Amino acid sequence: MVNNEAVNCERVWHEISNYLEGDGDPTLRAAMDEHFRTCQRCSSVLEGTRNVIRLYGDERMMEAPSGFGRRLERRIAQNVRVTRGRWSVWSTWLVPVAALVLIAGGLRVANSLTAGPELKSEHAQPGQGIPPDMMVVVTSDAKVFHVAGCDFIHNKQTERTLTAKEAIREGYVPCLRCMREYLHTAATGHSTLGAEADAHIDTEEGTAHGGGE
Amino acid sequence: MVLNNAVVRNPVPDAATTREQDLIARVQRGQNELFYELVKPYERRVYAAAFAILRNETDAEDVAQEAVLKAFANIRQFRAEARFSTWLIQITVNEALMRRRRERTVVMEGIDDRRDEESDYAPRDFADWREIPSEALERKEVRQKLAEALASLDRKYREVFVLRDMEQLNIQETADALGISVASVKTRLLRARLMLRDLLAAGWEQGWFSRLPFEKGNKPW
Repeated sequence: MVNNEAVNCERVWHEISNYLEGDGDPTLRAAMDEHFRTCQRCSSVLEGTRNVIRLYGDERMMEAPSGFGRRLERRIAQNVRVTRGRWSVWSTWLVPVAALVLIAGGLRVANSLTAGPELKSEHAQPGQGIPPDMMVVVTSDAKVFHVAGCDFIHNKQTERTLTAKEAIREGYVPCLRCMREYLHTAATGHSTLGAEADAHIDTEEGTAHGGGE
Repeated sequence: MVLNNAVVRNPVPDAATTREQDLIARVQRGQNELFYELVKPYERRVYAAAFAILRNETDAEDVAQEAVLKAFANIRQFRAEARFSTWLIQITVNEALMRRRRERTVVMEGIDDRRDEESDYAPRDFADWREIPSEALERKEVRQKLAEALASLDRKYREVFVLRDMEQLNIQETADALGISVASVKTRLLRARLMLRDLLAAGWEQGWFSRLPFEKGNKPW
């Protein structure tokens, strides 16, 4: 509780800012109201302070340098473009790249489950159902393995015999002719492809061995 | 907060608030190109807040732009319970204070700043004045004089005054933005207001408002 008589000018000046904020004890505010009615000095301080708040609170007192708004707008626009550009790059590249990674990963997993070592020829086919302990013949610098006596064995002086499983492990692929029954393409009846492959293997082996035997 | 004798501050009209809330929601959903439209009403306030702290036009503009971009980057974190303008100004004040600390700006404090801020400030002019019409602010020289009076205050009074009476933050928001107590805000605000009142009274004597239609012998409040 505030005794009206206790509110002197010094107290009013001390509280005038809170008074203008609408804060403070209602009793004190009532005492100040009474004081303002009778004290011209404090009334002047009150009106002057109120005037200060009103004038400085006017939007027109908020001045910025010429062109500030334009420069700010341009800066925001640049930032928006960059943000959009980033998303655009992400959306353009990230999704297909992620898809490729997934596909590649899937293929790798599938290969790890089924495939043997890296094949020596990009045209080679791994064959299917070849008995692993079947004895086959390979030669140096060739890419295929053969049944013994195959007419298409080149560089016969380097011939060596091993199991089909070992040959496959070393990266050899079945001969398109003597191992035809085990080749996937042959089994599916793509004779034209088979013929092309034959010719290609002939060429490759011929090249590798100076035109063949 | 606004009572009979309190200073009435301009409330944001409902339509404007609704429009602002709509803009915020759309920007938050990704319509980034609307962001400038959202901040445009406050761009001068953002600059003024930065300038109040840095007192350098180039730095203030740079910080103001950085603050706006920071608000843009964090717009999804803005929650509707706060006023957007308050949020924006608080970001600006924070950026400006960080810039000042980073650059270790040496600010020469006046005599008043070293005095105990708890000590009372006694008004010096008690002439019978009446209200300065707001039309006075149409005149650039009047605005300039008011700005000079504000600039003459010591930093701690000026910053509180700008945030509370110009930027319209409330006492608690001002305290939060500046990292000081509510009590300090109130004390500094009182002194800033009374000092400005005296400076304007002195300005009256110097003819700042001489072309205004006041009654002879009366000061404008």
